[in-house]
Amino acid sequence: MRGWDQHEGHAVALPIENIDTDQLIPARFMSTPRSEGYGRFLLHDLREGAQDFPLDRHPEASVLVARRNFGSGSSREAAVYALVDAGFRVVIAPSFGDIFAGNAVNNGLLPAALPEDMVDQMIRSLGDGAAPVRVDLEAGLIRMGGAEHRFDLDPTWGLKLRNGWDDIDLTAQHSDAIAQFAERRATRFPWAWPGAKRSV
Amino acid sequence: MIAPQTLLDKLWKAHEIRRDAEGVSLLWVDRHLVHEGSHHAFARLKERGQRVYAPELTFAVVDHYAPTRNRDTIAAPDIRRMIDTLDGNAQTHGLEIFGLRDPRQGIVHVVGPEQGLTLPGLLINCGDSHTSTHGAFGALGFGIGATQVAHVLATQTIPQRKPRAMRITIDGRLAPGVSAKDVALGWIARLGTSGATGHAIEYAGSAVRALSMEGRMTLCNLSIEGGARFGMVAPDETTFAYLKGRPYAPGGAAWDAAVDDWRGLVTDAEARFDREVRLDAAEIAPTVTWGTAPDQALPIDGTVPDPAGLPDAEAAKVRAALDYMGLAPGRPIAGTPVDQVFLGSCTNARIEDLRAAAAVLAGRQAKVPGLVSPGSMIVRKQAEDEGLDRIFIEAGLDWVASGCSLCVGMNGDLVAPGKRCASSTNRNFRGRQGRGARTHLMSPVMVAAAAVTGTLCDARPLLKDRAA
Ligand code: SF4
Repeated sequence: MRGWDQHEGHAVALPIENIDTDQLIPARFMSTPRSEGYGRFLLHDLREGAQDFPLDRHPEASVLVARRNFGSGSSREAAVYALVDAGFRVVIAPSFGDIFAGNAVNNGLLPAALPEDMVDQMIRSLGDGAAPVRVDLEAGLIRMGGAEHRFDLDPTWGLKLRNGWDDIDLTAQHSDAIAQFAERRATRFPWAWPGAKRSV
Repeated sequence: MIAPQTLLDKLWKAHEIRRDAEGVSLLWVDRHLVHEGSHHAFARLKERGQRVYAPELTFAVVDHYAPTRNRDTIAAPDIRRMIDTLDGNAQTHGLEIFGLRDPRQGIVHVVGPEQGLTLPGLLINCGDSHTSTHGAFGALGFGIGATQVAHVLATQTIPQRKPRAMRITIDGRLAPGVSAKDVALGWIARLGTSGATGHAIEYAGSAVRALSMEGRMTLCNLSIEGGARFGMVAPDETTFAYLKGRPYAPGGAAWDAAVDDWRGLVTDAEARFDREVRLDAAEIAPTVTWGTAPDQALPIDGTVPDPAGLPDAEAAKVRAALDYMGLAPGRPIAGTPVDQVFLGSCTNARIEDLRAAAAVLAGRQAKVPGLVSPGSMIVRKQAEDEGLDRIFIEAGLDWVASGCSLCVGMNGDLVAPGKRCASSTNRNFRGRQGRGARTHLMSPVMVAAAAVTGTLCDARPLLKDRAA
């Protein structure tokens, strides 16, 4: 995965609360191999029923502004694949489902949490349209329509997004510490291994 | 002197290999449960040319796509492929698998505890958000996404920031006909679906102590619906009695040593929580959801909210939910006709749940069709030994094999568009049980009552003079 520092694109509003992972990608699409692309599944059932859905009106959009509790629900990372494959790099909302947010960062998608009143203001100013937006990861700033909004980002998430780091590589640096820990644990708490303790 | 610690503090410390400068802990994973949906993670492992780090701590379960009928002839190629892929990955990496034909097969969060794979003091991960279920044993159990599943497969560790500690204390006695499901829906309705985001919940109080392991699992299972990733109950005699003699639980001297260690897994008297919530068990009524998020719930004698008179944003949300659910505002929820019922899922398909539902159904006829899918094939066998299957079948419900089934609608079981289902599951999201499906969440006795009357209704009158 490639990291990124700055993103310039267009923002579009989806002013709905609790966009859960089942809406982001309905379960029936989840047996598809990722190589086939998940973009067409994004919000599939919501889009299909609606006329003039904001995302369909602005296919170029790469920043999504939504309401509270975005990505709540299941651990399905496919919800993030759908957003990423549809071209999104940033989701702005007052709050996110915990697992979704972690999954997003692991796929280069920024979950930017902004105070509710700022999100409201953005949603109002966007209306049905799309507007240019600039996101600066290092400074933690979103610039849209002349206004500047600061967002808080877990510093580790910031590093991962900027460097495109993969956790497995990071953890591999600590393989000795892991092996020692496992050995200590197996000695002190042998019951923590199923059946008889086997070597790790 | 050591500062007083919460159960969370103790469990966290016991698993922390290191903590980085930004405060993220690298935690040791004692059990990793994988299912068909883990195919993305195995694919990633393959891309990297890596093997599973600790196959003896990794267990595969077929559940999400498991057909509940006609298992020998799976017609849908997609479903067959998902199950075959898990079989293949388990074989490649030497993992024990509870496969489709294994008599121990079932839903991952039912199988783990049932087999004694879930124990107090462990850290348990699975690529399913309801992994919080396992916290009922005094374990750290939390759901993870595919990238993290790959990480656990490759390293047997998980990077994680410690959540804030929250305690929900429920004192007093639950009224007859009121269960852990009602407690959970009740607190979520009060605090909202993001009410516990960023927190690990410890459930405490006399009402929690009085719950069976089944009830505690239901409670912890639903923690995620209030935004928390962890739900926990400190282990006690109820926990030990449940686990003793389970296939993978320690035996002999190891059992005694384990119980000694487990007794220490309690929150110290003076320990502080970041947040405390108190509930009175006596005030909790049978609860049903009316909307499309788990916090849109009310007591069965309540009325559906009326958007008129609500602030704009709230009114729009309520209107959208009512519109999807096909409900009129301001009307009693009781009496709403249902088209079908579902008794199943890792939330409420353990033996105790089936017994409770059967107590309502015995000698009665269901007015609507319904599916009863036990949490595991072992639960299914036990229910048959107790004659519960006869009660369900004679009532007119379908008694089928175990799997996630209508909890998530991946295995081919679906609720048709516009149809209303009284369901013992955990999510009433739009489309969760099938496109356009209308889901009402409730306890097993309430599902049974809905079957008998064909409407959403209070189960308590139907339980008079019956033991549930
Ligand atoms: S029953 Fe539902 S919640 Fe439980 S593991 Fe299966 S899909 Fe997940």
